[in-house]
Amino acid sequence: MSSTEKYNLPDDRGHFGQYGGQFMAETLMEPVAELTRAYHHYMQDPVFQAELDKELQHYVGRPSPLYYAERWSSMLGGAKVYLKREDLNHTGAHKINNTVGQALLAKRMGKTRIIAETGAGQHGVASATVAARLGMECVVYMGEEDTQRQAMNVYRMKLLGAKVVPVTTGSRTLKDALNEAMRDWVTNIDNTFYIIGTVAGPHPYPAMVRDFQAIIGRETREQIQLHEGRQPDALVACVGGGSNAIGLFYPFIDDTEVAMYGVEGAGHGLDTGRHAAALCAGAPGVLHGNRTYLLEDAHGQIIETHSVSAGLDYPGAGPEHAWLKDAGRAQYVAVTDNEALDAFHDLTRIEGIIPALESSHALAYVKKLAPTMNKDQIIVVNLSGRGDKDIHTVAAHEGIEL
Amino acid sequence: MSRIETRFASLKAAGKKALIPYVTAGDPGPSVTVPLMHKMVAAGADIIELGVPFSDPMAEGPVIQKAMERALTHDVTLTEVLGMVNTFRQQDDATPVLLMGYANPIEVMGYRQFAENAAEAGVDGVLIVDMPPEEAVELLVETQARGLDVIFLVSPTTTDERIQLVSHAGSGFVYYVSLKGVTGAGHLNVQEVAQKVTNIKRFAQLPVCVGFGIKDAESASQIARVADGVVVGSALVKKIQENLGQTDKIEAAIADLLSAMRNAMDREKS
Repeated sequence: MSSTEKYNLPDDRGHFGQYGGQFMAETLMEPVAELTRAYHHYMQDPVFQAELDKELQHYVGRPSPLYYAERWSSMLGGAKVYLKREDLNHTGAHKINNTVGQALLAKRMGKTRIIAETGAGQHGVASATVAARLGMECVVYMGEEDTQRQAMNVYRMKLLGAKVVPVTTGSRTLKDALNEAMRDWVTNIDNTFYIIGTVAGPHPYPAMVRDFQAIIGRETREQIQLHEGRQPDALVACVGGGSNAIGLFYPFIDDTEVAMYGVEGAGHGLDTGRHAAALCAGAPGVLHGNRTYLLEDAHGQIIETHSVSAGLDYPGAGPEHAWLKDAGRAQYVAVTDNEALDAFHDLTRIEGIIPALESSHALAYVKKLAPTMNKDQIIVVNLSGRGDKDIHTVAAHEGIEL
Repeated sequence: MSRIETRFASLKAAGKKALIPYVTAGDPGPSVTVPLMHKMVAAGADIIELGVPFSDPMAEGPVIQKAMERALTHDVTLTEVLGMVNTFRQQDDATPVLLMGYANPIEVMGYRQFAENAAEAGVDGVLIVDMPPEEAVELLVETQARGLDVIFLVSPTTTDERIQLVSHAGSGFVYYVSLKGVTGAGHLNVQEVAQKVTNIKRFAQLPVCVGFGIKDAESASQIARVADGVVVGSALVKKIQENLGQTDKIEAAIADLLSAMRNAMDREKS
């Protein structure tokens, strides 16, 4: 059973049940329709697909390994844990799978300028990287608070020739960067392609980003078959907007015997109100072009989020995750900053792999899940990024100044 | 006939164009808004557009973003905005009031509840920036049942096919966004606007009003020549920003600008 034929969302208008859609200003409707047409056309175009495959293989470094974390698994004393090593991609995270795809699409559409929003900086770096690679102008919007906690990524983007614009409105984090990128887009619509970094935004973005990230799950299917001769029992991935999670989950949606766990940032704890767990603790609403679960107050204002991981610090999650949650096909859980930091140290010391703080949330949930499973069961966790960018944050947490 | 329809009919009979000022409800504080609405009517406003504060106003330029932030420091909610309209109605039963905002506060209130509360408060129409007609089907059922107009936008990128969709789905008037950009942007091209408005009128029976980039008497009168109405927002909100803490000055500065626009627009008719 390998097809995804049975699951065929979203519909033509980008709806996953009541979620998704195109909640956006009129000025963007026709440009987005144009993007939708281009996306449908090129996803079927063998020449485009061949170029994308080539870039993914030789530039990104795919396929990424599926690594059996034997020592960690035996210490957890339950299921065998495999790590899908997206941290080994060029630029150090899964984000580049999508930016390569969208940038090639932008080029086909005759756009000369790329804009992007970024939280942790990984999507900004991945966008700046492909812009450099394709000789395109690149502007990255980043919340002012994030530019401070991810200063190294800001410098990387500048080295790559991108202009980084600190966003000083609202909560000065990822959601505000998205607002500002939308404002740029509506103003410069003629020459500009907006590379959204996660499975959010108006249709076709949630579906398009998913399709570019689904290579993670497709490779996983083949690789686990080679390692184990069968498919896994559970998939685990962190969810901010949810692009690495949907990339892993999507090719498995019809395999209902494979459990799927999306792990959100519980920050200081769900009961403190200082967290970023929209699926676990939010309610449906409309933001950034789609209907999905959001962290909002009783009057519909979006509330400020908190996570030690800048990449999870977003008040929503992609509409497909909202649908998977309501359908009961995936389960969404949350782990705290401290649990994620513990898992960060565990993987570093036990396997010699320094994970991103985002991915550390998925690992922290594996620590809970694996011991409840049998030794012949298999978990695949998406190690969506490497932790080099987070060294300063981790050190600061421990009172160490580098 | 709705208040908006009535107002356009009487303007047409008088050979005049609609002047539609926008302010954000609760900016810079909740007590300022209702008296300011009355002052704007006295200065020549035909329809009042009241912004509903939202935490993530994606289509706004810096001036209105800041206005919404100021209102939100007072926790001005949609319910409170409806209360302001209700208070306004106690003294003015003729001037149409239009709410302009984003989808989420209305989603959270619920479409039916919103339509009921808005109609009861004396709201005449609603314009939701991030809700194109395709996503407004459920809302329209509720608003139509209660006689509320839903105003949709047409922009420079809107195709003829979509102009037809927008003009069929909406009522009250068609709001033409004069430029590609956010509110308060500066690159208004009157000739282009004239062509677009003529094109919209090929498909739409509704009046066509123009907003974005209109900032003074001159630009208002130029637009009034080619459209049925002029929406002015950021230029007014800037007067609030420049006179924070001085309500008298805010009222005077806004009234002055509106009077100047009114006079310039009315000169155009002859």
